[in-house]
Formats: sequence, structure tokens, C-alpha cells
Amino acid sequence: MSTPKDRTPTSQSPTPEETAGLLRELVSHLRQNRTQLREEWARRITRAQLLTAMTEEEIFAEATSVYDNYVEALETGTFEALQAYARNLSERIIPRGVETHEVVGIVLLLRDVLARSLFAKYHEDFNKLNRILDAYEPAANRIANTVAVGFVQERERVIRQQQEAIRELSTPVLQVRERLLILPIIGVIDPQRARQLTEQLLRAIRTNRAKVVVIDITGVAAMDSNVANHLVQTVEASRLLGATVIVTGLSPEIAQTLVTIGVDLSEMATVGDLQGGIEEAERLLGYKVVELSEATGQTGN
Amino acid sequence: MEVPILKQGHYLIASIQSALTDADLMLLRESLVARVGKFRARGVIVDVTALDVMDSFAVRTLRDITHMARLRGAETVIVGIQPEVAFAMVQLGLTLKGVATALDLEEGLAFLDTQARERIDRA
Repeated sequence: MSTPKDRTPTSQSPTPEETAGLLRELVSHLRQNRTQLREEWARRITRAQLLTAMTEEEIFAEATSVYDNYVEALETGTFEALQAYARNLSERIIPRGVETHEVVGIVLLLRDVLARSLFAKYHEDFNKLNRILDAYEPAANRIANTVAVGFVQERERVIRQQQEAIRELSTPVLQVRERLLILPIIGVIDPQRARQLTEQLLRAIRTNRAKVVVIDITGVAAMDSNVANHLVQTVEASRLLGATVIVTGLSPEIAQTLVTIGVDLSEMATVGDLQGGIEEAERLLGYKVVELSEATGQTGN
Repeated sequence: MEVPILKQGHYLIASIQSALTDADLMLLRESLVARVGKFRARGVIVDVTALDVMDSFAVRTLRDITHMARLRGAETVIVGIQPEVAFAMVQLGLTLKGVATALDLEEGLAFLDTQARERIDRA
């Protein structure tokens, strides 16, 4: 099986043994030149202005372990260790504010740095270079893929976790006086949570025979038309059970949103803050709050 | 299926026991409006505690009863709407706008008493 020494690439695909042999050669080259290649990579990372959230020492430390894991993946051909490493790395750097494009960027830079060093080493033997690249490229692409996907999956896991936590911020319905309920809403309201809140409130109105409900939305950051409609529906449904609803704690942004999207606000009583809302509710219920007079030692009537 | 209508002082109380057909609803409307005149009632309470569902015709009938009774000098209050029914109603956009509602019979009577007092105060 003699190969002609010309410049056209051979069209025979390499046998698995040949590929393995080429990869071994490649890995030993990468290990021998570990120091310069790693430094070259770190330089490129800084030049490309990636990982700006990390210090140079941190970048170098991470670069070292990524490099070693990269070469090991090339050597063993197995990717479980790399996947585990990618998830572990992501867990550490996501809280630091590292973005997906940065992670993908640095892995691709490493791929480039290693490829260039292969060009430099084998540039005199075009055939050999091609065969080495044939062995290198699929493995390198798979590595880039594995790391990027691992990062994204970790991000998605964190997001799901946070969503669950937010949803579980359970909202109690609190009775603060006879016939007066308070529903403080905190966090993000999605349609599912809005429905749950409404059902909970209606049952509480019936159980506590409430005549007035104060819904406080100070803790709600933003409101879209869906949530606004849910709020209006909650007010209307409460009215059907004979309860008046006072909404308090509307931020300037939410006030603007409600008016802009044209929600029917005629049935919704609002007061600026929770304190004002409770005072109004007490007034509606016929309560009057009187200060105990300490000077005379008597209670006010 | 006729709905029993009780007289309590100056008030009429209609207690719906089970789901009503459209014909039953119209009959109820006629009966109530007739009796408001006959007994010179000042208030009407329609108790829907037993209803699991309220469709658009039922809602419209309650609105009609309210308007007609008012024309004959009586205030109406609907009581006993269940939480699930209230939720379904607002989702379907069935509003009882302009119709007074209260939690139950006790609240309904209290409401009518307050209304009567206010009317006397105004006079």
C-alpha cells in the first residue's frame, strides 16, 4: 500500500488503528508543547476580550484544567469525564457572570490554537497533515460541542431551579381583622400562579366571611396584560362573593402599564400603599383606630 | 321546577335548590317581579348557593330581575355564589355588573337593611 508523494490528499479513509495512532501522535505533541500552547491560548482569550469577569490568574488556572481535560478527551476518546468537567466548570463560572458566547468562544480558540500548531509541525508533509487533521477535527468538534452543551444545560438547570423556587414562594392569605383579609403578592406571577392565588383567595373569602380584601402588589416587579387581566378577574370574582377588593402598592411602572393596556379599572379600588389600604379597609368595615392616651391613663373610646 | 319564594318582612327570598332550565328561570323572573308588586316588597334576595354552574342565560336573568325589581321599588341582592362558580364566571366574562352581591343570606339581609336605612335617611 504505497502512497504517491504528491500534493493531492489520499481518498482512502484511515483504518481505526491508523486513526488511533495519529491521535496518539497528536496527543503526545500537545502534551510536549503544553506550556506554550496553553500560554498562546490564554493570550488569545485576553485579546478576544473573553472571560472579562475573571482575573488573569483565574483564567490561567481554568485554562490549564480545560487544556488538560481537552487533551485527555482526545486521548481516551471518551467524553464522560469531559461532560462532568464541563458541568462542574459551568457550576463555578455561571455565578461569576460568564456568558455562553464566552465559553463557546474560548473552546473554539483552543481548537484554533491546537490546529495552528499542527499546521506548523506538519506543514512539510501535506498528506500527513491531512490525515492528522482527519483524526483531530471530529474529536475537536465533539469536544467543543460537549463543553458548550454542558454549559447551556447547566444554565437551564439553574433557571429551572430558580423558577421553581419563585413559584413556591407561597402566598398566604392573612386575616388581620374580622372580615378583613390581606393577600401580599411577591415575585413573578405567571398564569398558573395567578389562578392558584385567585382560587385560594375566593376560598378564604368564604371561609373567613371577609367583606374587604387588600391585595398588595408592592412585591410584584412587572405586570403584563395577562397578569393585569387576572388581577381584574380576581377583583370581580371577589365581588361576586360580596367582598370589596382594594389593590395597594402599584409601582409607577405598573400604574403606567395598566392604563396603557386599557384594563378596565372602574371596578378596582386602589390605594398607594398597604398602610393606606388597611386604613381604608377598616374605615369601610366601620372600625376607627384611636390612640390610647397615656398622659391621662385612660383608654380612648 | 318552581323555585320557592319566601316572604320575610319587607323582603322576598328566592332559594334556588337545583339547576334550572331556561324556562324555570323565566318563570322565576316573572314570579319575583309579580310578588314585589303584590307584597310591596322593598328587597329581593336570590340565593344561588346550590348552583354549581351559572351560564350566560342565568346571569342575564339575574340582571333582568334586578332591573325589573328596581323599577317596582325593590333592591335585589344575589347571595351564595360559590368560589368555583365565581371563578368560572369571570373567566367567561359573565359579569353581574350593576347587580349587588353578598356572601350569604345573612350578609344579604344586612345589605338590604343598610340600603333601606339609607333610603330613609335620604328621604
